[in-house]
Amino acid sequence: MTAIDTTPVRPAAAAADPFLVAGERFSSRLIMGTGGATSLALLEQALLASGTEITTVAIRRFSPEGRDSVFALLERLGVRALPNTAGCYTARDAVLTAQLARDALETDWVKLEVIADEETLLPDPVELFRAAEELVADGFRVFAYTNDDPALARRLEDVGVAAVMPAGSPIGSGLGILNPHNIATIVDRAAVPIVLDAGVGTASDAALAMELGVDAVLLASAVTRAHDPAAMAAAMRAAVEAGRLARAAGRIPKRPLALASSGGEGLIARRPSEADL
Amino acid sequence: MTDTPTIRLNGAPHAVAAGSSLLDLVAQLTGRELRPDGSRADGGRLGVAAAIAGSVVPRGGWARRTLADGDEVEVVTAVQGG
Repeated sequence: MTAIDTTPVRPAAAAADPFLVAGERFSSRLIMGTGGATSLALLEQALLASGTEITTVAIRRFSPEGRDSVFALLERLGVRALPNTAGCYTARDAVLTAQLARDALETDWVKLEVIADEETLLPDPVELFRAAEELVADGFRVFAYTNDDPALARRLEDVGVAAVMPAGSPIGSGLGILNPHNIATIVDRAAVPIVLDAGVGTASDAALAMELGVDAVLLASAVTRAHDPAAMAAAMRAAVEAGRLARAAGRIPKRPLALASSGGEGLIARRPSEADL
Repeated sequence: MTDTPTIRLNGAPHAVAAGSSLLDLVAQLTGRELRPDGSRADGGRLGVAAAIAGSVVPRGGWARRTLADGDEVEVVTAVQGG
């Protein structure tokens, strides 16, 4: 494995352009997941290379074998653990899981995930909305994983979630952003942070998300299941920073035909229409 | 009330000593010495939560919750995922 340079691309820019969410301030706009890593050592290298400051964990029955200690790892790295409700199909289970997470990890932050079926892992909008309502009322800062649906995004924002997190494509699919127009619409109408969550396959997907104007990107499989997780984590970090810079820089409009970048003044050649035939 | 109540712990039958509390159960399961308020005696973070019959029992209440026959107990922690 090659050594990964983990220094930020533009430290000054990151400091001047913080990611503000749920009343807190972060310099990284890359939120990592921990699922799919084959070992804690590889996960640690990937988290370090990603520069992440927030990372999701799942809540499961305690096993005395202590199959991993991801919580201890995040604590040691100084990375904030964002518990999720992965695996819940109903609002009832998601709310109980969030409440357990709050007591276990001493945080009122929760990534709310209520899925419809195992095949697509897409959010169940009705159960998701019910759970969001209940958790916000119970004092949680809800990071709502949702479909790329601008109408539902708005409903979630209205109910008081801390961040709306639309899927680019199904979890773990690596299909990227299937409906960039919807993501852009969600961003344009939002007053809360928007985080592109799920579907990222490679660095260009993360950069595109940031260019569309999302505030942050959440990904797991693209890094943890990559051939070299730490190298891919470094790529994602650079992509998120590049996409953020490009968004702020203001891209050129798309045109149907070319626009010469060199001026025509003083040109010795003539256009074909002016040439002697 | 039987002498040795049998609860369901994380979905499986589990016998506990009569009169034991949820605190005793969590301490035994995690292998950690716990203070009466549910925190770790060594000062580290436990990272564990418990529910009985679908309701969270906050760690500060573990010592007061005596386990009874038939209690459905869930003890959870953070793992890799998502």
